[in-house]
Amino acid sequence: MQGSPEFTTLRGLWRHMARNKLGLVGLGMLVLAVLTAVFAPAIAPYDPYAPVKITIDDIYAAPSQTHLLGTDDAGKDVLSNFVYGSRVSLIVGFFASFISIFIGGLIGIVAGFYGGWTETILMRFTDIMLVIPDLPLAVVLVALTKPSLLNIIFVIGIIGWTGTARLVRSQTLSVKERKFVLRARAIGAGRPYIVRRHILPMVLPLMVANTVLVISLAILEESTLSFLGLSDPTVVSWGQMLNYAFTRGAMSAGAWWALVPPGFGIVWVVLGCTLLGHGMEQVLNPRLETHHLAVGKGMVARRKETAAQ
Amino acid sequence: MSMAAAASNRKADWSQTGLKMSGGRESAPLLLDVRNVTVEFVSPGNPPARAVEDVSFTLREGEMLGLVGESGCGKTTLMLSLLRLLPAAGRIVSGEIRYLGHDLLDLSESEMEDVRWKDISMIFQGAMNALNPVRTIGDQIREAILRHNSLPPREAINDRVRALLEMVGISPDRKDQYPHQYSGGMRQRAMIAMALSCNPQVLIADEPTTALDVMVQAQILELLDTLRHNLGLAVILVTHDLGVVAEICDSVLVMYGGVTAEYTGVDTVFNDPQHPYTRQLLAAFPDLSRSKEALRSIPGYPPRLDDLPPGCRFAPRCDLAFDRCHIEKPVLHRLGEFHQASCHLVEP
Amino acid sequence: MTDGFFPLLKVEDLYKQFPFRSSRLGRGSDQVVHAVDGVSFEIQRGEVLGLVGESGCGKSTLALTLMRLENPTKGTIEFEGKDISRLDGRELKAIRRRVQMVFQDPYETLNPLMKIGEIVAEPLKVHGLARNRQELDQRVHQALQDAGLQPPDAYLDRYPHQLSGGQRQRVVIAGALVLEPVLLLADEPVSMLDVSIRAEILNLLDDLRRRRGISILFITHDLATAVQFTDRTAVMYLGRIVEIGPTSQVLQDPRHPYTKALLSVVPVPNPRLRRERVILQGETPNAIVLPSGCRFHPRCPLAIEACRVVDPPFVRVGEDHQAACLLAEGMAGSSGV
Repeated sequence: MQGSPEFTTLRGLWRHMARNKLGLVGLGMLVLAVLTAVFAPAIAPYDPYAPVKITIDDIYAAPSQTHLLGTDDAGKDVLSNFVYGSRVSLIVGFFASFISIFIGGLIGIVAGFYGGWTETILMRFTDIMLVIPDLPLAVVLVALTKPSLLNIIFVIGIIGWTGTARLVRSQTLSVKERKFVLRARAIGAGRPYIVRRHILPMVLPLMVANTVLVISLAILEESTLSFLGLSDPTVVSWGQMLNYAFTRGAMSAGAWWALVPPGFGIVWVVLGCTLLGHGMEQVLNPRLETHHLAVGKGMVARRKETAAQ
Repeated sequence: MSMAAAASNRKADWSQTGLKMSGGRESAPLLLDVRNVTVEFVSPGNPPARAVEDVSFTLREGEMLGLVGESGCGKTTLMLSLLRLLPAAGRIVSGEIRYLGHDLLDLSESEMEDVRWKDISMIFQGAMNALNPVRTIGDQIREAILRHNSLPPREAINDRVRALLEMVGISPDRKDQYPHQYSGGMRQRAMIAMALSCNPQVLIADEPTTALDVMVQAQILELLDTLRHNLGLAVILVTHDLGVVAEICDSVLVMYGGVTAEYTGVDTVFNDPQHPYTRQLLAAFPDLSRSKEALRSIPGYPPRLDDLPPGCRFAPRCDLAFDRCHIEKPVLHRLGEFHQASCHLVEP
Repeated sequence: MTDGFFPLLKVEDLYKQFPFRSSRLGRGSDQVVHAVDGVSFEIQRGEVLGLVGESGCGKSTLALTLMRLENPTKGTIEFEGKDISRLDGRELKAIRRRVQMVFQDPYETLNPLMKIGEIVAEPLKVHGLARNRQELDQRVHQALQDAGLQPPDAYLDRYPHQLSGGQRQRVVIAGALVLEPVLLLADEPVSMLDVSIRAEILNLLDDLRRRRGISILFITHDLATAVQFTDRTAVMYLGRIVEIGPTSQVLQDPRHPYTKALLSVVPVPNPRLRRERVILQGETPNAIVLPSGCRFHPRCPLAIEACRVVDPPFVRVGEDHQAACLLAEGMAGSSGV
């Protein structure tokens, strides 16, 4: 059988995926994070948005029975902040990455398929965007607009598409050369039809795998922006937790519980995305496998016959 | 510089070459004696798939054996077994592979490494396209030599590389060129040089001309034949091209679905085939000298390893199959001094 | 076999060149690859023309250019009396319904994500030919049947990877037939199939020609296959046709040294056949720097002085049989098969 297996059904894809252990682990990690975000009100012991009356002892209080992860600089329960903070990270992560994927995919396919000047212009534009450092650009853009959740999503989205564009373009280039595209042309199909019917379905699986990795980048980006104080101050986010902890003396107070949970949360989600994305890539690109290239050492398996013919 | 002067106008009277006369066969020394080899492929959760079942043949010095069959018949697997180079899932489960009397399957891996390339060598299918693109041809041949011999002096290796290139018809000055600077035919010649670098006695050529143009194919086949004579080689030529077999081979082993269908001298295979598959294959093969005859195809398609039919493997497609064929596997019957066929219809 | 008025396909002086950029920066080389270098021939209705040549002779490029999947550099392609070499847009699309192509690689020609039914229906959808679902299904059925895939219903919902090579090639043919073309360009349609399967595909093509009068341009490097069911055969070398004539004539009385050499080295499954084999040295040169005079002269065993200077025109050597060689006339009767 020639070529790599193409997955014609989602079920077939799932069955293959299920064999990739790391991918499953990543998926599990993400599912856990999503569930935490969705059921935050049920999981968190306190409501982080409810005002509290505090005394000096409630600031940076160490973990105790009433506050499993202690309290932060405002006397709020760290655990509840942590649970609710997952919402912002995931929401921004998902939606910003969808914007990135859409832009990147569009640019990639158009550049790869139409070629010529279109491709040159689009790819040079991509190169320019790649060269401009993401973070300073994001800072500038956010500073120019009101720091709200929507703006953050938008800003991260329009900065993070370059990797996808390149990936999709190279994939489009290779699909374009395949014989079934030639056949479609021979039949008389026009270019938009070919892109829709032949190129897109082939490119989509890789884009999906790429999406997961882009999500992790978006989450990191959001956390960074929040950490720098550029996020919406009215919602709790992990980056914001880190920001407050750093700027409001958690370190000197020795309040590790104000720093570790948000950091851990970010690492958890990003790691989950990376493992899942990796696993998907391995499944969708079996050429990465090499085990079949090894020559078997244990190959003479016959039993010695005592009677000679 | 015109090559017209060098264009060859050879009289290829193949009947004089090799050992076409059955009488000549027995006199040459026996090099390879393969007996009842069975090879399986294991995969987790499935019963093992039999790629080769109970195949036997012999190879004498100077003989060219044609191993014929279509995709999935097991010919490449069988050849890899001779060198014990099966992929990780392959197992040789029974049989003997005797080279000069010694069973290769009894050897340890390091002893086997001594046999590879120095006694039995192979040109793999499609290898000419798998040359390392970032190393020169000369380097790659040198690597083949060094891998199998303890370090000879530098001069000696270079001389050997040049001699090998010349032997296969490549100008020795081209040893420092890269594969992409060689044409397809030249790359195949380079592969032959590599395979012969350690002076083997047996050369296995797996589909050496399948991807080549017909003129280049003629050149390569002529080269193989010349080398066979000059070096006293025995060659196993694996191919699906019956024309090539007829032109250059002495004996023919026809495989189907992992078993031997027919095994005999080349003249008998073409003029008195006994196995229905051989006959039907010949009828399906275009013949330039008989172009008026319509081609008859064989209905159906070769069996898959994981879906072998019970009874005779060819029965589903055979035009002479009867009840017994679908239930009972035929034995390899002896039909003469050097003729075997596995078919119920030829039972003596 | 020949129709009264005009041939179905008439190619005149067709050229297709590709720019070749050598890797030297700034030196702007204007070298070209002369893939198709002045090809002229005709195909009549219901005729099968075999086009034979080795790799690098330009036969595949010729097929792509005829299909207008590549644009010709020069020359004309007249199809059903109309010049299609410069057509575009809707007019070109209309031509596509009359000329279809069968490709070499049955494993790559079918989109692995599409079902067989969808693949065969695709041409109809692209051209908007079926008025309703019923008509679409009926035509798809018919095409699958004509291509020998029985029963058609069993194949509609399968995917290419579930089919064997021979079956896939039949699907490709069905996809080509569904538009009811009058000309098929078959580029190595059986090279990648097992020997035992080839005959059935060839017989299918032959059958289509007989029953439906479809003309076929049968392109291959395999001479033995080419002479099986072709009416006429053309031999191509380095972008040009060097010999063309009725297949039996070209077989028995070849008049171009290249044709003779090819015929003498094609392996024949008959160990008792004695032949004088003309094994040419070297390989086909690249099509960038063409030899002077006759492009075959550097490898020709019969070359004379004049061959280095004169580019031989076609010489008539028989009824409908021509060869481009200065010595064509004197070669009668020697070593055909």
